[in-house]
Amino acid sequence: MRNTLMPALLGVAVAFAAGTAAAATLDEVKSKGFLTCGSNTGLAGFGYPDDQGNWKGIDVDLCRAIAAAIFNDPEKVKFVPLSAKDRFTALQSGEVDVLVRNTTWTMSRDTALGLNFAGVNYYDGQGFMVRKDLGVTSAKELSGASVCVQQGTTTELNLADFFRANGMDYEVVAFASSDETVKAYDSGRCDAFTTDASGLYAERLKLTNPDEHIVLPEIISKEPLGPVVRQGDDQWFSLVKWVHNAMINAEELGVTQANVDEMRNSSNPEIKRLLGIEGEFGTAIGLTNDWAYNIIKHVGNYGETFDRNVGPDTELGIARGLNALWTKGGLMYAPPIR
Amino acid sequence: MDRSRYAYVRTEPAQTLPPPPSSTGVIGWLHRNLFGSWLDTVLTLVALYIIWLVVPPIVNFAFVDAVWTGTNREACLGPEVGACWAFVKARLGYFIYGLYPVEERWRPDLVFLLGAIGIAWLLWQNAPKRAWGAAFFFLIYPVVAYFLLTGLPALGLPVVETSRWGGILVTLVCSVVGIVFSLPLGIVLALGRRSRMPVARLVSITFIEFVRGVPLITVLFMASVMLPLFMPGGVTIDKLLRALIGIALFASAYMAEVVRGGLQALPKGQYEAAQALGLSYWKMMVFVILPQALTIVIPGIVNTFIGLFKDTTLVFIVGIFDLLKTIDASLTDPAWATPVTRYSGYAFAAVFYFVFCFGMSRYSIYMEKRLSAGRRR
Amino acid sequence: MATIDIEHGAASRVAWYNDPRIRGLIYQALLVAVVAFLLYEAISNAAENLRRANIASGFGFLNATAGFSINQKLIEYSETSTYGRAFLVGLLNTLIVAAIGILLATILGFIIGIARLSRNFIINRMAYVYVEVVRNLPLLLQLLFWYNAVLTPLPAPRNSIELPGGIFLNNRGIVMPTPVLESAMAIVAAVILAGVVAAFAYRSWARRRQLETGMQYPVFRVALLLVIGLPALALVLTGFPISFEVPELRGFNFAGGTPIYPEFFALLIGLVTYTAAFIAEIVRAGILAVSHGQTEAGAALGFRQGKILRLIVIPQAMRVIIPPLTSQYLNLTKNSSLAVAIGYPDLVQVFAGTVLNQTGQAVEVILITMGVYLTISLVTSAFMNWYNRRVALTER
Repeated sequence: MRNTLMPALLGVAVAFAAGTAAAATLDEVKSKGFLTCGSNTGLAGFGYPDDQGNWKGIDVDLCRAIAAAIFNDPEKVKFVPLSAKDRFTALQSGEVDVLVRNTTWTMSRDTALGLNFAGVNYYDGQGFMVRKDLGVTSAKELSGASVCVQQGTTTELNLADFFRANGMDYEVVAFASSDETVKAYDSGRCDAFTTDASGLYAERLKLTNPDEHIVLPEIISKEPLGPVVRQGDDQWFSLVKWVHNAMINAEELGVTQANVDEMRNSSNPEIKRLLGIEGEFGTAIGLTNDWAYNIIKHVGNYGETFDRNVGPDTELGIARGLNALWTKGGLMYAPPIR
Repeated sequence: MDRSRYAYVRTEPAQTLPPPPSSTGVIGWLHRNLFGSWLDTVLTLVALYIIWLVVPPIVNFAFVDAVWTGTNREACLGPEVGACWAFVKARLGYFIYGLYPVEERWRPDLVFLLGAIGIAWLLWQNAPKRAWGAAFFFLIYPVVAYFLLTGLPALGLPVVETSRWGGILVTLVCSVVGIVFSLPLGIVLALGRRSRMPVARLVSITFIEFVRGVPLITVLFMASVMLPLFMPGGVTIDKLLRALIGIALFASAYMAEVVRGGLQALPKGQYEAAQALGLSYWKMMVFVILPQALTIVIPGIVNTFIGLFKDTTLVFIVGIFDLLKTIDASLTDPAWATPVTRYSGYAFAAVFYFVFCFGMSRYSIYMEKRLSAGRRR
Repeated sequence: MATIDIEHGAASRVAWYNDPRIRGLIYQALLVAVVAFLLYEAISNAAENLRRANIASGFGFLNATAGFSINQKLIEYSETSTYGRAFLVGLLNTLIVAAIGILLATILGFIIGIARLSRNFIINRMAYVYVEVVRNLPLLLQLLFWYNAVLTPLPAPRNSIELPGGIFLNNRGIVMPTPVLESAMAIVAAVILAGVVAAFAYRSWARRRQLETGMQYPVFRVALLLVIGLPALALVLTGFPISFEVPELRGFNFAGGTPIYPEFFALLIGLVTYTAAFIAEIVRAGILAVSHGQTEAGAALGFRQGKILRLIVIPQAMRVIIPPLTSQYLNLTKNSSLAVAIGYPDLVQVFAGTVLNQTGQAVEVILITMGVYLTISLVTSAFMNWYNRRVALTER
């Protein structure tokens, strides 16, 4: 009796253990063979599908980097376009494995919504855009203006705070989607349009005459945008965090998509550790040791994704600014790999 | 009596005078229909003025000043430009299939074709084997269409994510899924509402009245925001599927009321006769009552479907790319940003919806006439 | 009784599982079990998911500070108000657009419905084309069209179109002078009230007299005099105790005055024109349902066309019209939720949109929103049922 019972119990225990292990995001991603990544429904430079349905943008590239680190294939990502409204539900319910959708890191989201922010891949701040012919040069002159804003965002709350703090009146016109907001601004419904500064540059491209509009210099809020994962899976959290850090470290060390192969022969121990020549850093996060090599080989370092998607040579033409490396006066600083 | 003696007495009946010119021919028609009284005259003039105000600009916009060819906004810029059909032409693939991969677009095409055959089979009264048509449309077609659209790697059909579906494809998927699932569900609910079992009645009435009392948009919000919460952890439902569930449940409540109308319209004798034959409840319903009840309410079903077809545009608001949303999304494309782009896109959508809805409503009126002809004595 | 005997006989012969009554009970028990299971599953899953995701639950959030602004508000509201207050603002915005919409859609619908039956060919055809075009296009498309059609041609505030009476029209909407009431206005208000009461009293007196003597009294003209003439007289006598705060251009926009926002306007036009098409068809069917003999009898009594319509046809047609009219009123109210697409701050936009997003409490917010619409539906149907009973044919 005992002889049969014990193995049976063990079997149940093992099955149970396997059951819990399968709930770990990394194993789940590996077993289904692709990563699901929550993305914007369409924000130029950050996350949008082009005419052929190919996803592009700096957020999209981070998703591809994660896929490259896991599968050595940046194409093994399924992008799920999410509105501002259903992005957190999608992550919480497990519909997406990671959310990289220009999402602002705030305390309440980090604590009360069961989310973990794995880093900041774009330092942003809320700004205003107005028509040039209004002759406005500062956001402080916007008293009495009507402002178009997307509803249900931190943007809407910052807007209220800014006008209240400066004792100015305003009339808000809120729309459910960013497209509707831009269209209303374009048709003259509002004097000003407000969203994150990066978004202002991206949305400006959608206006009938982009040259007739200017972005005001004031930045009225801190908007650190970053990848988000669910709470309670530390391995996955570390993985996403370090994929991002590896890309920043690669830029700092001068490792690029073009030179990554020759860099494997570099004598710099930091580069050796990054590219998995020395140390066992990949296995520590459940990957192979050439994980970072795969990221850079397939996607590139942080600076390359920035320049490719939003940098000065793109339609958006955003300067590095706060997003430059710490060595160049910006805020991009990654802990070392060692 | 010799009438010829009196010269003032006619010997033959007088010729019928022609009616006064004001009541015959074109003038008579005009007089009767347009200028009957001074009020009529004023109304006619006002109406003519309104027509003059409305029609020429529309014709000018849609045809005379329209731009038919061009590769970007340059073609449609200018002071006197009408509809920018070049924009619609350039984006037509997107409007029909969304981001469905170009090399796989024969699959939705085939689904459209099969659907058209199924619907024609169902709606054409004299078609052969209409029962097979119903079986095809309600049982076989959904399965075939499902695998054709989502893909079946075993048969060499690569999987296409629903997030790549869009445009008319999604509009039609929403409406066909709505009708295919809401009709059976509606029949069950209608039977439940007329059931003698109090619990079944209560459940049906609660469901029907609840759904009919709230706007579709809240049902869609519920499906997109709350449904994931109701699922056990880790189980996720596709975004499009969630909207489809919302639409089907919503339509089934309205369908139930239509079917109930048909059930109530049947004379009691039909029920009694079936029971007298010793048929069980389900046999009575399936073989006697429902065939008659459903035939009576075909116009009602078609009207519900028209409503459903128009209501599918609401998935726009929960971020699903139906026809209206693909058009709306294209409007922010800087390559086509002109003052007329928006109206061109809306005009295209209007024509599409009008052709479908008007066609269906004509059919519903035709059926109504046909059915009432049978019952008129 | 033969039938009873057969039933008894059957009951004794048939196995218990074939007894329809017992079967019915089993089916119902099964149904209860399934419904209860689904509810239990949904609720326990939701509770589990909410707990895991660390989302707060309960209705405490209604007392938290909203922190966002709303442009059209009928009651006092600011960024420092609570979510509960925001809910009220949204609800009132829904109710006002629905109330005005119902009123205007009824008027327009009746006009078009009667025009559909006009012998005037052009009027008849125009009404037909209108009804068919409007009914067969999605409301959402029409709303998007109206919103842009309202916005695009209008000038910026600086080049506003000035209408007589200090009204300005621009792409921020219509700005009207706000009436400022002085204390003497109380007298005028009292006079208005008295005028209305007097008009009703006169009407019932005139009706009684007519029944007794057959004399007809100019009820309409007297009522007009009482309701409008008297207050006008009072206004003159008290020296117009009303002043207007005229809007003026200051900075970007007009300051002062009462604005009507383009979102409201577009939503109202869209809802009214759409619903009117359906009401027109209902009115037409209702009038056609009145037997031709009624019209002819009226004509034989020497009534004129207008009077036949007003006194004979429409009162009878109303019996056919009212039930479907009720559902159109409800449809209009429910359709006002499409406001969310054009940025009008109705209940769905403010509450199920912004508040849901800021609080993350989807379950509570959606339940409250649905509850509100359900309540509106039930109250409206109850009222219309009451009215329907009142006008229903009382048969002997």
